[in-house]
Amino acid sequence: MQSADVIGSGFSDKPKLNYLTNGTTLKSWLLTKDHKRIAILYLISVSVFFLMGGVYAATIRLELLTPASDLLETGTYNKVFTQHGILMIFFFLIPSIPAVLGNFLLPIMIGAKDLALPRINLLSLYLYWLGGALALYGLMQGGVDTGWTFYTPYSTTFSNSYVLAVGVGIFINGFSSILTGLNFIVTIHTMRAPGMTWFRLPLFVWAMYAVSLVMILGTPVVAITVLLVAIERVARVGIFDPAIGGDPILFQHMFWFYSHPAVYIMVLPGMGVVSELISNFSRKKIFGYEFIAFSSIAIAVFGFLVWGHHMFVSGQSIYASMVFSFLTMVVAIPSAIKMFNWTATLYKGSIDFSTPMLYGLGFMGLFLIGGLTGLYLGAIGLTVHLTDTYYVVSHFHYVMVGGQVVAYLGGLHYWWPKITGKMYSEFWGKTSAMLVFVGFNLTFFPQLILGYMGMPRRYAAYPPEFQVLNIFSTAGASVLGIGMLLPVIYLLHSLVYGKPAGDNPWRLPGLEWRTSSPPPTENFEKMPVVTWEAYEFGEDNGLDLEEDRRRDLAPVA
Amino acid sequence: MEHDHMTIPKYLGVFAVLVVGTILTDYDATIDLDSIFPGANTLVALLIAFTKMACVMLFFMHVYWSPKLIWLAVIASFFWMAIMFAFTMADYFTRAAGVFTT
Ligand code: HEM
Ligand SMILES: [Cu+2]
Repeated sequence: MQSADVIGSGFSDKPKLNYLTNGTTLKSWLLTKDHKRIAILYLISVSVFFLMGGVYAATIRLELLTPASDLLETGTYNKVFTQHGILMIFFFLIPSIPAVLGNFLLPIMIGAKDLALPRINLLSLYLYWLGGALALYGLMQGGVDTGWTFYTPYSTTFSNSYVLAVGVGIFINGFSSILTGLNFIVTIHTMRAPGMTWFRLPLFVWAMYAVSLVMILGTPVVAITVLLVAIERVARVGIFDPAIGGDPILFQHMFWFYSHPAVYIMVLPGMGVVSELISNFSRKKIFGYEFIAFSSIAIAVFGFLVWGHHMFVSGQSIYASMVFSFLTMVVAIPSAIKMFNWTATLYKGSIDFSTPMLYGLGFMGLFLIGGLTGLYLGAIGLTVHLTDTYYVVSHFHYVMVGGQVVAYLGGLHYWWPKITGKMYSEFWGKTSAMLVFVGFNLTFFPQLILGYMGMPRRYAAYPPEFQVLNIFSTAGASVLGIGMLLPVIYLLHSLVYGKPAGDNPWRLPGLEWRTSSPPPTENFEKMPVVTWEAYEFGEDNGLDLEEDRRRDLAPVA
Repeated sequence: MEHDHMTIPKYLGVFAVLVVGTILTDYDATIDLDSIFPGANTLVALLIAFTKMACVMLFFMHVYWSPKLIWLAVIASFFWMAIMFAFTMADYFTRAAGVFTT
């Protein structure tokens, strides 16, 4: 047995209960207050939504294989891309890393028994289910065709679909986010183990803190916006409808006041995961810890000041646009700080190209393109040409899929041995990581070109000269799809056939690697006391990591 | 401890303030104050709303007796809401001079 495994796992002969075996009834799962079980329930739920969103995505790409609108009618096409966006953004991407990985790991990484408010945590899961069920009900009744942004007047005066049910679903789901964010903030403030000072927190925890701030401050605004739409429709108070004295652009202000920060809800957690991956798989203390930590906070704060860059051609005043354009350039700085620090961390590191690290490096490449294309879109002149084209579509997929989804997959592989106690096939892991990277670029790089050439988004038909690049894109989507389906297979396979992972398969110093895999219900046998800095690979972390590594690498006699 | 600050009569008192505020808002909607300056009705309604909100926060939510950290959170959220209003208004107030309008 490895020395790291011994720490915290005790020496008793009886097999100990872990969080998975401690209670096996359905009730013990559905009424659990264990953050780890709630995380597993979230994992299953977001995966279902991800698959559903994926089916819509495949449908879109199939339709766009040919210039004519032949597979779907144009009205149906509107519904398909709308529902793709709604499922992916609100029900998969926003909860993905915080509610699954954050829920599972945040308490363990700070040395706590659970989140500060376990019942609230369970409530947030139920709200998520309720919101998801309502949204699905709306989709089954006939769906929505407004785009995921619900712009007025599509969603009000000219609404001809089930906006209300889906809107209420998103409204309720928003409260699930708020509760998760609240729980994380309280937990980080009050539940850190002795010695776990703020500047010893893993950067993933800092990212969770920043994203919680955004969730708490931003989500109520979108809830209020949905309420105002409802009030206008029911009580005929003029808010967004010009016919009764409202202003449709006010909707865009309120919507983007939430939704631009929400795009950071959709990437900050990924950045947190990637900080873990890059530092740990380079076996080197992260370069510029404080800069990365505070750049997360800076993103959370400045993210609230740029929403008008979605409204450059909406009729927004040119002066407001200039201010928003300038601030958009400013908000890219903290992201750039992270990129530079990760790169500097890699420099002279002892880089290990295991599956999680492949995802981590993939994130760096893809987020780089995503962030830089954002700057083009934030340039107030250029955007008049690029807005509402496939350039935008490509931009946000580079950040949301290339960034967050890739980071999520990286994190899932990284912590899978901890979560399940089993090791997946490294060969298939690497294969899928590379398929995702190649498939992603093949899908979305052509869209940058298409957008630059002027292909508008949200149409089922397009001029024939755009077809070649669209075929590339659809072909890439197939590769990407296989790359994303593979993990479903080999991760599930590993549950039954996987090798036992051991407590610290990657030989890392973090707290989560000092408890057993899977962890016991109360996370640690003995409450830990932290005496080392984050990402401490030297002598001071109290483990014999290098000794263990040498043993791993030694040829079997 | 918190129960010491607010008694049932005090709660009812705050509630009365809220009800009176609501009635005043309704009354404000029925008269025309434009003779003072255009938009005066809105201003009055907003002032009443603000007072009501302050009462709810300070007394119902016990912020008045809360530690400094809570005050910090409250003030920060007002600052943050001011950002939303300020930037939105930055658009509305400068609309007429933009290139998209003539
Ligand atoms: C480097 C920082 C970024 C900058 C400067 C930036 C800039 C922009 C701009 C200017 C637009 C508007 C394009 C248009 O409609 O004409 C836009 C759209 C968008 N961005 Fe970003 N962005 C950045 C990062 C991100 C991130 C991190 C995400 C999400 C994880 C994201 C998600 C989106 C989405 C979803 C849209 C399209 C919304 C829609 O109209 O449906 N962006 N971005
Ligand atoms: Cu934005």
